[in-house]
Amino acid sequence: MFVNQFLFLGAILFCIGVYGVVARKNAVLMLMSIEIILNSVNINLLTFALRNGSTDGHVFALYIIAVAAAEVGVGLGLVLLVYRNKKTISIDDLSEMRG
Amino acid sequence: MNLLASESEVLAPLVSGWFLEHAWLIPVVPIIAFALIILVGKRLPMKGSELGVLSMFSSLVLAAGAGYQWIQRTNRATEEQFVEPVIKSWSWWRSGGFDFGIGHHIDGLSILVLIVVAFISTLVQIYSLEYLRGDRRYTHFFAALTLFSGGMLAMVLADNMILFLLGWEIMGLCSFILIGHWWEEDANSRAALKAFFTVRIGDVGLLVGISMLYFSANDWTQEHLGVSGFSIRGISAWALSGAPNSTVITIAAVALFIACIGKSGQFPLHTWLPDAMAGPTPVSSLLHSSTMVVAGVYLVARLYPVFFVGLDILGGGGNLIVVIGGITIVISAALAFVQNDIKRVLAYSTVSQLGYMMLGLGAGAWMPAVFHIFTHAFFKACLFLGAGSISHSASHHSFDMKRDMGGLRKVMPITFTTWIISTLALCGVFPFSGFFSKDEIIDNVGYSGYNLFMIIGLVGAFMTAAYMTRATYLTFFGEPRGASVGHADHGDTHDTHNAHDAHDVEQSHGPHESGLLITVPLMILSVLALSSGFLNATPFGESWERMKFWVEPRSVEVVEETHVGGPGESLIINLPSAEEVHSKSVCGSAQPETGICYAPQLNHAPFKWLKAMMSMAIVFLGIAISWILSTLLFTKRAPRLVGLTQRVKILGFGHKLLVNKYYLDVLYEKVIVRSIAYPVARAAYWFNQNILDGILHAIANSTRKISGWVYKNVDQLIVDGTVNNSATLTKSLGTAAQPTQSGKVSQYAALLFSAAAVAALVLVIINT
Amino acid sequence: MIAQNIGFWIIAIVMIGAALRVVTTNNVVHAALWLVVVLAGAAAQYILLAAEFVAVTQVLVYIGAVMVLFLFGTMLTRARIGAESDLNNSYKKLGIPVGLIMLVAMGLALTDSFGDEKLPESAKIVSTQEISDQIFGPYLLPFWALSFVLLAAVVGAIVLARKD
Repeated sequence: MFVNQFLFLGAILFCIGVYGVVARKNAVLMLMSIEIILNSVNINLLTFALRNGSTDGHVFALYIIAVAAAEVGVGLGLVLLVYRNKKTISIDDLSEMRG
Repeated sequence: MNLLASESEVLAPLVSGWFLEHAWLIPVVPIIAFALIILVGKRLPMKGSELGVLSMFSSLVLAAGAGYQWIQRTNRATEEQFVEPVIKSWSWWRSGGFDFGIGHHIDGLSILVLIVVAFISTLVQIYSLEYLRGDRRYTHFFAALTLFSGGMLAMVLADNMILFLLGWEIMGLCSFILIGHWWEEDANSRAALKAFFTVRIGDVGLLVGISMLYFSANDWTQEHLGVSGFSIRGISAWALSGAPNSTVITIAAVALFIACIGKSGQFPLHTWLPDAMAGPTPVSSLLHSSTMVVAGVYLVARLYPVFFVGLDILGGGGNLIVVIGGITIVISAALAFVQNDIKRVLAYSTVSQLGYMMLGLGAGAWMPAVFHIFTHAFFKACLFLGAGSISHSASHHSFDMKRDMGGLRKVMPITFTTWIISTLALCGVFPFSGFFSKDEIIDNVGYSGYNLFMIIGLVGAFMTAAYMTRATYLTFFGEPRGASVGHADHGDTHDTHNAHDAHDVEQSHGPHESGLLITVPLMILSVLALSSGFLNATPFGESWERMKFWVEPRSVEVVEETHVGGPGESLIINLPSAEEVHSKSVCGSAQPETGICYAPQLNHAPFKWLKAMMSMAIVFLGIAISWILSTLLFTKRAPRLVGLTQRVKILGFGHKLLVNKYYLDVLYEKVIVRSIAYPVARAAYWFNQNILDGILHAIANSTRKISGWVYKNVDQLIVDGTVNNSATLTKSLGTAAQPTQSGKVSQYAALLFSAAAVAALVLVIINT
Repeated sequence: MIAQNIGFWIIAIVMIGAALRVVTTNNVVHAALWLVVVLAGAAAQYILLAAEFVAVTQVLVYIGAVMVLFLFGTMLTRARIGAESDLNNSYKKLGIPVGLIMLVAMGLALTDSFGDEKLPESAKIVSTQEISDQIFGPYLLPFWALSFVLLAAVVGAIVLARKD
């Protein structure tokens, strides 16, 4: 197995995730795209861990999973709050810049 | 200690003890108490204050025990022996390859400051029981006060710079909380913010200094001492080893000194300290006069080798510390003359005294400066608590000397007596404690060759005597004025602290002496202000210089030699005998060839009665002149003096300059802050007004002109259509002119990612 | 090795397809289900990369907990479950070139740096014990910070989402 095949998988997933973040209007779908990005990073970390024969990558992959869980929790809390106040989760409608 | 048996007949083994080995308990106790007060304080019978007082008292007991055992340790050591500090350290946290320690470092200096902090904290907490009775944030006040003490004690005991920084920042936070204790009043919260931000400017220097020292010292300390580059002991040894690059250590010393300027209220960052008097008086007394503000001085004294080498302290000429200290002494003493608020007089006096400490440290007078920390803490705390006592019981919460005080010596005999003792100590009158420290500083500064600064010190002593006489006269002599008259006036006009008038009812019977909880701390402090100087009474000869014997590190070189024995024997630390020490040019003036030393060799000025007499004469002259002027000005209203500043232009100008605090606040707030903040705001506003709106307006105007032209020329034919169309055109062009101001997150994301993608592509192409 | 390679390619193609569906489908619930496929594929890739513990955690945390959160979020914020027309915004057209440029940039960098370097043949599976030794040894501090992050997230989510 080549190093690059995993890294390319990570790169492709990353780009798909970026496309999702840019193109999606629905806040929940945006969060999902961010999850794809985070997973592509994890694939990279574990590939390098295997290549270099160290366990540091595993540690950081676990940390990323934990941070992603926290991020989803807070993100969805925000989405719920926005939905309750605005009756929509389309982020294009949240363009008000005055507090 | 690491001594082989063969050396033991030369060197007495240093004794240690339970208190020295467990000194880490001293800061831990108040920190636990803080957590308890926050959690359960409100439900306790005394609202959590008993926990605060109790924890401070136990810290005091622990500190006193440690002090006793340290004295034993130094007394048992032979005359020239280097008394090893008691260091304990554990690994606090690790990340990657870094290892950060936690632990305590006890030597004479830390013991001294430790006892001062614990002692004054205890007294101030007892005093606050009465002073803040009925306050709405009583529990929080004690919590913050206790946390402050914990932070300061942790800083004093820190064995490494990370822990030091932690304590330093805890103190800054507590100072902010406590200055803004009565935050309902706008001035108080502004003073709190000012203190926080001004000190913060200095703290940047601390961070820079610590990191610079770490990165330049770590290799050396790991190799020679096996400790990290954060260790205070390691840094001290490294600084004196001759290894450091002189530029690096100079920049590090300057950076650290900037932190001290901020924390210890030195010129030009002293402006926060007088404003900090907006806090409750116990806070002013504890944080802003006797303990927290000496943290900067303590830092210089603690890492003295770094400053010694970095700023070339015995090199003659003027170094940064001496210059800043000298300027601070004079300018703040001058400011104290024009203050009407008694606490502000004391605040400027504190700034000036801190200047003396810095001056001493900068001129190589380490011991007198450290001793001045000790004595100053007692008499300044006593003065502040005295001022609090007056406002609490006599002047109806006013601190205005000219309006609400005067003639108080008859109604408040205890406060008056303690005040006078402390004032004399502050002025440096023999045999009060200030004499033994301040006079020593001035003397040693001159002895080290800084003649100009010795004169500045004497001028400062003169001014100190004069402004303290003025304040004393206004407060205790003459006729009672304003609130101190008694029943005359109980309007809200004198309430500087509306938030804290819960017990005003009980004191509506005019000025009277304060209760025992207030006077007992005053009496204890004044006894110490009177007597503490004798712990290091240079005039009476060597045997009276106990403090020097206990505190000053004996700067003996600790020589390392590799034993040519078997492989099992490693390093022996060998101490040279007394003769060697004297013959050798010890660390500091010349770098040692081999070995490690921890403290620079310093000179001590021999005491001469003649010089003492001279400075005494200057002090008495100050008192006398000030007394006569005060009498003439404030009581007799001598026509020649009253209104002098209005009549003589130069005096008027000087007065105005002083009243406006040299316009430093104006410089900071109006000039510096505005010159940074305003152009940015201006530019943004201008961009909005001229570019964005300009485009819109230009388009709208041209459209209007065009439509006008159309209206005139084509007239009634297609009027409505044209106008409507150009309006639509304007609108669409306007929208096109501001496409980046949409507020849409996806758009920002798209722009961000496309910029990142292009940048990444450019980088990749360049690098491949 | 060949079996692993075949496994990798099948999983990779399924993952890429599923990821594309996540970002293009018009149905939020479908997107969530496609995301499950991506995440499960990632877990499988972790196993190929000799990271069993991370793979198990991925299944537990992502597929178990995060997906449930997503479905809850979808349900609570949307009345209707089904296809919908306007899930994309007007920057869709910008997204495609951005993604492609990034892919090109990373592809260039990767081929340049790693070429046809191979992963070690006999990879030892990293045991949970080794990972825990790392976490609770040199990386204890990030772990500590992370637990604060999680605590703050829990408190923050409750504060945000509760009805006052």
